[in-house]
Amino acid sequence: MAVPILKQGDYLIATIQSALSDSGVLKLRDDLAERVGRFRSRGIIIDVAALDVIDSFVARSLRTIALTARLRGARTVIVGIQPDVAVAMVQFQLDLAPLETALDLEEALALLDQRNHVAAQR
Amino acid sequence: MDGDTAGLTSAPMEAPEIDSSTLRELVAQLRDESSQLREEWVERIKTAHLLSVMTDDEIFSEVTAVYDNYVDALETGSVESLQAYARDLSERIIRRGVETHEVLGIVLLLRDVLARSLFRRYQGDPELLSRVLDSYEPAANRIAVTVGVSFVEERERIIREQQAAIRELSTPVLQVRDRLLILPIIGVLDTQRARQLTEQLLSAIQANRAKVVVIDITGVVTIDLTVANNLVQTVKASRLMGATAIVTGLSSSIAQTLVDLGVDVSMIRSVGDLQGGLEEAERLLERTVVDPDEPLGDAALQG
Repeated sequence: MAVPILKQGDYLIATIQSALSDSGVLKLRDDLAERVGRFRSRGIIIDVAALDVIDSFVARSLRTIALTARLRGARTVIVGIQPDVAVAMVQFQLDLAPLETALDLEEALALLDQRNHVAAQR
Repeated sequence: MDGDTAGLTSAPMEAPEIDSSTLRELVAQLRDESSQLREEWVERIKTAHLLSVMTDDEIFSEVTAVYDNYVDALETGSVESLQAYARDLSERIIRRGVETHEVLGIVLLLRDVLARSLFRRYQGDPELLSRVLDSYEPAANRIAVTVGVSFVEERERIIREQQAAIRELSTPVLQVRDRLLILPIIGVLDTQRARQLTEQLLSAIQANRAKVVVIDITGVVTIDLTVANNLVQTVKASRLMGATAIVTGLSSSIAQTLVDLGVDVSMIRSVGDLQGGLEEAERLLERTVVDPDEPLGDAALQG
């Protein structure tokens, strides 16, 4: 199932609604990279609240997406990691760095706004 | 005391009918002399300074009940009612500080008092005395074991209950102001408690939409490798949930331990005391709450 990507101002919002397949990940990565270019987006928010499990494959995929997007000029924030998922990820030493995380969509938007604000001042 | 081993080893050899007739006679005798034997027992309890936390009246009433139960158990060979009574008694006296050695001492004293009375009665007939002791000793030992075990089991049950109560009490997650949580940790951190803390903290972060969490471990005396790693994991997991964790109150010995153990402390944001941690948290929150468009945000409330 394709991951829907919404455009909100300068940002893109992708909500993952079910477990990602290999092809799903590649498609999400390509879609996001293409849209970042088309909409000149400054940030990407990926909502993983629906995921019960974040395994090494998903973690690596999210990192790949973030690095790709960064090369296209957009920051990526992951939101909605559930408490037990967070514990499991830390126990399995799955690191999302250099990705940024936030509690929910609102937090992520505030975070991106702040980053861009700081960037604009410099 | 020499009779114990003989009694235990020879008991299975006895034919049951001899047992039961001797035992009946024995029980009848113990009932006849009950008041005298009870007084002797109380006397010996006092001489041995056992049950010092209880009054004489209390000792007397418990002694009467235990004595009757004891003789009943000798007669029927069933220790169930005695067991139930011992549990009930233990529950009452444990809370008053009666120790295991006292309970065992009292039961053994009663055994001795009764054995002495048998000696007195049958001293003219060594062969009969030996038969009576053969049936008395195994039963008496079994009773002593039952009472001792009941006491210890009751004690362990109370300890388990208290542990559960302490676990529930000891992990509060407090909200100090909007988006700021404090997790004060006091006492001994074991693996189970550390895991429970992590879960509670993460749920609280989600429920309160916390941005900053101050984990205060001033009240933690020692820390081991497992728990240290657990602390680091808690900090990382909070990060994944979008909250920054600040650890405060690391004592010098704990700090030393963490470094000696080679725990990766590079990503722990640490401040000396709780006050400093709260100040740091305020700074972080002020930096993050820069949302001029939100009419009822923190800035508006404070301003």
